[in-house]
This record gives sequence, structure tokens and C-alpha cells, in this order.
Amino acid sequence: MDASPSPDQLSFPAAWRHPHLLDLERLSAAEILAVLRTADQLKTMTEGCRRKVPLLTGKTCANLFFENSTRTRNSFSLAAKRLGADTVEFSSSGSSVAKGETFVDTAKTIEAMGVDWVVTRHSTPGTPHLLARELDCCVLNAGDGPHEHPTQGLLDMLTILQHRIGSDWKNEAADPEKVFAGMTVALVGDIAHSRTARSNLWGLRKLGAHVIICGPPTLVSHRWEELGFEVAHRLDEIVHRCDVLNLLRIQFERQKARPFPSVYEYAALYAMNGERLRHAKDDILIMAPGPINRGVEITPEVADGPHSVILEQVTNGIAVRMASLWLLANAKENADASAENLS
Amino acid sequence: MNDSTWVLDGGRLIDPANGIDRIARLVLHEGKVHSIDTPDGDLPPDAGRLDVSGKIVAPGLVDLATELREPGSEEDETIQTGSNAALAGGYTTVLCCSSTKPLMDSAASVQLVRQIAQRVDGVRVLPIACLSKGRQAEQMAELGILAAAGAAGFSDTPRPMPNDALLKRALDYCRMFDLPIFDRPEVPELADGGVMHDGQIGLILGLKGLPTEAEDLAVARDVRLAEATKGRLHVGPVSTMGSIDMIGRVKSRGIRISASVCPHNLFGSDELLRSYDSRYKVHPPMRSPSHVEALRNAVAEGVIDAIESGHMPRAQEKKANDLDLAPFGASALETTLAAIATDLVETKILNWSRAIECLSTAPARIAGVEGGTLSVGANADVTVIDPSNAWSVEAKEFRSRCHSSPMTGRTLSARVTHTLVGGRLKFELHPTAAGAAS
Repeated sequence: MDASPSPDQLSFPAAWRHPHLLDLERLSAAEILAVLRTADQLKTMTEGCRRKVPLLTGKTCANLFFENSTRTRNSFSLAAKRLGADTVEFSSSGSSVAKGETFVDTAKTIEAMGVDWVVTRHSTPGTPHLLARELDCCVLNAGDGPHEHPTQGLLDMLTILQHRIGSDWKNEAADPEKVFAGMTVALVGDIAHSRTARSNLWGLRKLGAHVIICGPPTLVSHRWEELGFEVAHRLDEIVHRCDVLNLLRIQFERQKARPFPSVYEYAALYAMNGERLRHAKDDILIMAPGPINRGVEITPEVADGPHSVILEQVTNGIAVRMASLWLLANAKENADASAENLS
Repeated sequence: MNDSTWVLDGGRLIDPANGIDRIARLVLHEGKVHSIDTPDGDLPPDAGRLDVSGKIVAPGLVDLATELREPGSEEDETIQTGSNAALAGGYTTVLCCSSTKPLMDSAASVQLVRQIAQRVDGVRVLPIACLSKGRQAEQMAELGILAAAGAAGFSDTPRPMPNDALLKRALDYCRMFDLPIFDRPEVPELADGGVMHDGQIGLILGLKGLPTEAEDLAVARDVRLAEATKGRLHVGPVSTMGSIDMIGRVKSRGIRISASVCPHNLFGSDELLRSYDSRYKVHPPMRSPSHVEALRNAVAEGVIDAIESGHMPRAQEKKANDLDLAPFGASALETTLAAIATDLVETKILNWSRAIECLSTAPARIAGVEGGTLSVGANADVTVIDPSNAWSVEAKEFRSRCHSSPMTGRTLSARVTHTLVGGRLKFELHPTAAGAAS
């Protein structure tokens, strides 16, 4: 095994300039690749996200979650700790939000405690964008309603890249965009309520992949076609063309009215099962952002089968979040320094 | 000097009701329009003089639906602050919504609003009483008693009327008072939880949509019921191509129905919501550009009769929230005329005469109230407009208690300089007013 690179070998990518990570829609391909490359390097440096590398010692990351989360919050916490930063946890239950404080006031209070990043999750789209305007520290979107979940999109893309180009990816000359150029990725399921879908579809399109959005018409708006994406309503008709299937969870908690007659009917039409897998390409990657509903969008034999990369996604989540924290902090320091030079 | 006798000299007098649009002297005396083009020798004694050369002299603006929020929600607006805002925006009469606490579904609450307005002694305030008892959309409010108490019409607006049978009954019943019913067209089940226009931008942003069909279906119902009952129905504000299409068709068949639109729907599109700024959370929502275009043309063609301000003031602490929690609403009285001048007159979609008609003459006619004209003997309700006074909108300078406006930051091309109500000068723009171009 190669020796892990040391922290001073990590170079800051010139493409990255943002102090916030709010969505992928407004990032360029170069910016997305800068995060992915940094994430891959940090994953190696930390021996698969298991070892500490003191790149962000003395800094503090606040997790400000107004919606339930265990995996994303823990993933951000671990990412911060792996890089030597401290973490502070804030969740809305039993906090001042219940007492009527607005989320901006809550965030300002947390910021005043001296934090460098606010990682936020909220049920309303745009809340991280509002915080980025109101706060001085870095803001990371960990999911804003059905809008975006940028680190999820990034970790999904990192997982695809690692599978498709493996160690070539380490080579600076490797062109990840060529990998995505001929690739077909289907996002299947509850697109209407999925922030993972929105981050994936913009990110993948920017990197050149062909994106199919698949699900029942009540969850897949025809307007996606107007926006240039392929829309499909039958998984059986597209499964043979796909290099990657990303199976999105049905978000029962966000649906006011059932968009399909029954879970049984949904599973019959859209669950990735052994039978459908037989019609797929041999090297198809099966992804799911989790938590997965076994038996709804994916059957156990597929979730635990050889094509599934679900657990790699989880590990890559830490890598992508380490990269995001590191890039944002450095971009902010650079921006602050140049502002000081100007004044 | 007699404070109700004024000679307005040198202005461009625009009175759409009488087909007048020319430079003329206007004389106001004892609360009424006294005469036009009066020779010097015939002027009443002790008249105040206003040199309004270069300016437009128009009948005072009339708003079909203003929320004044008092009593009950004074953190949003009071009759005093709303009146100040109305006068600064050139309004001399506002029809105020029934969304007070207590609701205006009793004679006492209608009289209370009228009494407060009398004490304020600013803009003329005409209450629109509740259409349904308790705004529950179950049974008619006591429309006859409310009419006797001074209601100028009936509506549960800004809430829509979801009960078709009740609306039909009320349209029938109201014919004996000859008072209008106002419906804000929206099917609640289709609009449920919506935050912005249901379109491409909403899809990208992940915000829940207010589909155009939620309005279209309500307008379809409204035009059919107006036809069936021959009642006096006003639908508004409308915001969709579907609404315009239906209203245009029934009007061409001679059915009596009127419609209005808000200035924000004539200005910007749903693209503005990309900022996630709650000042763009307005109702009806900012639609896509094709709807904006169609609405502008519908105003020019007369399919839409009137422009209403859409003044729905909400306190800053309510608006300073995320887009799901922040209420719909904006402060609009102080920018409506200027926005119309900028978006429709400057762009040559309307001439000034049609703009004044939409903001004054038509609303007065629809509501069946005095005003909207400078005919001799009419109330001396007059608005003076400087058509070339560009100013930038700073909502924090508003007289309204609500400082949230989709017009914030815009440079608008005309400004109200004087507002007279019943011959008394109630508003005069200070020469160094905030936002004034240097």
C-alpha cells in the first residue's frame, strides 16, 4: 500500500473560491471536480476516513439541524473531528426554536459563540442561502427541504468516479469529465421531495453525464423535460441503458397526499429487485442515499448484492464533508486576507 | 385662506370619465370640484394656489382592496399608518378588507372601523364587510345589516370563497342592495401549502407551488355564477393567462363581471424568488414572464378593468422568516402608482389616461362609490403626480408599518406630490423626500 500523503501535500485548488456550500446548481464543473479531488486526497490521507489529520485544529463546526438527521449530522461531525476541529451540536427539539425564535436569530446566537462553520439542515428551501447572507462564518447546506443536499450529490459523484477510474483518478492528468461524458445515470423515485435528486441532477449534468429522472408522474414533473432532462415513468424501459441507478427514498413524511395508490403498487413498478437487475448492464452501480426502505425502492438481495455501493457512499460522505470544510475555511481566509490587503 | 379652496394651475388634467386630457386650471371649492378653466375674475376668494405645471392632475386613486389590519393586528398596520401610506401613494379612497379582529361580520365592527377612520381623518375608508359569517364560508353574514352599517361591499378576501353554493346564494341575495361581492379567486385544495408560482423555477428551488389552475378553476366558477345570477361580482386580483382568457370571453358575451390585477404581477417574474427573499412572497404569486406579459396586455385591452394595490401589510418580524413560515404580503400603497408608471406607462403599454382610469375611475365604478372623476360637483378628491420624478424605493422609509415590498431597491419613474381629499390638502411631498433623485 502506498504511503499516505502528508497534510502539506494537499494543495488548495485555484478553482475554489466560495466561503459557502449552498447548492450544486450554481457551481461549475471545475468547482465540483475541485471538491471531489480534494475529497479523494483527504480520504487517502486519513486512511479511508479513519485517521485524524490536524488540518483544521482550533476551529469549530456547529451542526445546526432543524430537522431530524442522524447519518448526515454524524458524518459532518466525524469529518470535522478527523480534521481536528471541534464540534457543537444544536438540534431544534427542546431548543429556542420551540420558544418562537426565528432560525436566523438562533443561527446568529450559535455564531456568536465563535464558530467557523454552520452546517444547517432545515425543512424550508433557501434557509442556508438566507443564513449565508446573515452570518459571517461559512455556511454548509446539509439539506434544505426538497431543494438541495450538495454534499450528498458530491459523495454520489465521488463514489461513481472511484469505481469508474479507480487509481487513475489520482493522476492529475486523468480527465474525470471523460468518465461522465458517456455515462447514463438514472435517479429513481420521489424526485418531487428529494434534495438528493436535485443536487445529483445538476452535478451530473455539469460533469457531462446523461441524467434520466424516473418515477410516477405525480412525483416526476413534466417540467424536468423542459429543463432538458430525460423523464421516464417506467423503470423497466430504461434499466438496460443505465450505468448507475440512484434509488431515492419515498419521503412519506413530506407527502400530504399519497402520490401513488399503495406502497405495494410502487414497489411493483419501481423497486430495484433481482429480476430487474438481470436486465441491467453487468457493471451497473446501485446507489441509495439512505436511509433505505427495504422492500419499497430496493429489495434486500440488491441492497446487499455485489452491485450495491451503498456503504461506500457513507464512507465517501465523510471524505466529501472533510473536503468541504477545508475548502470553505481556506477560501474564507483567503477572501478575508485579500479584503484586509485592500483596506 | 380657506383651506378647502384651491386653484391648481398649469397641470395636465386627466379625467378619463369625461375624456379630458389637456392642460387646464382646476378649481376646488367647499369640498367639491368647482370648475375647470375658470377665468381669473371668477375664482373664489381666498383660494390657495398650487402651481402644478409639468405635473398630472388626476382624480384621487381608489383602491379596491386594502388591508388595514386595525383592529386586531396593529403590529402589521393601523388605520392611521395605512391612511398615511395611502395618501402618500395618491389614494383618496380605500376599500378595506374584512380581515380585522373582531372580523367585520357585525354592524358594530363595521362601525368601529368607520369611527376610527373618521378620527384619523385621512383617506376615505370604506369597509368591505365579511361575505360569510365568521369568514367560515358556511352561511351568509347579515349582509343587509352590514350594508346599513356602511359596508361598501362584501368579501372574505384575502381569503378565497371556497363554497360555490354560498357564493351563488350571496350573489343572488345581494342584488337587492346593489352592492358588489369581491372574490379572490383560488381553489384552496389546489393551492394548499404553496409558496410561489408552480413552474420551472419553483421546481428547481424545491418550493411548493401555487398552480395557475388553482386560480383558473375559481375564475371559471366565478364567471359562471356571475352569468347565472346576474349578480355584481368582481374577481381579483387575477394573475394567470387562463383567468384573462375566461374573463375576456365572458365579457365579449356581455356578462357583467369585472377584474383587477396587482402591480407586482405586472412587474416581475418568479425568477425573483431565487433570492429566497420573503419580500417576494406575495399573493397572487409572481408568475412566469409569459403571464406577466399577458396581464400587461390585458390591462391595455380592457379585459382587466382595474389595478388594485394588493396592500397586505405584515409586520417585519413575521416577514423575517423562511419562505414557508413568512406570511404572504407586502406594503404596496406607496408604490403602486409609481410602479404602474414605470412598468406600463414608460413602456408605452398604457397611456396616462388609461393608467388613471385603472387606478381611479374604474375602481370607483366597480365599487359603486363616489370618486374617480373630476366632474364639476364631484368630491374634490385629487391626486397630483410628477411624471418625471424618479426615486428609488426604500421600504424602510414607508409610512406604512410594513416595510416589506417587492419594489424595494427599484428606481420608479413617477411620484405623487399632492393628495387632496374633499378639497383638503392631506399629503404634500417634501422637496427633499427620501429616495429623491438629486
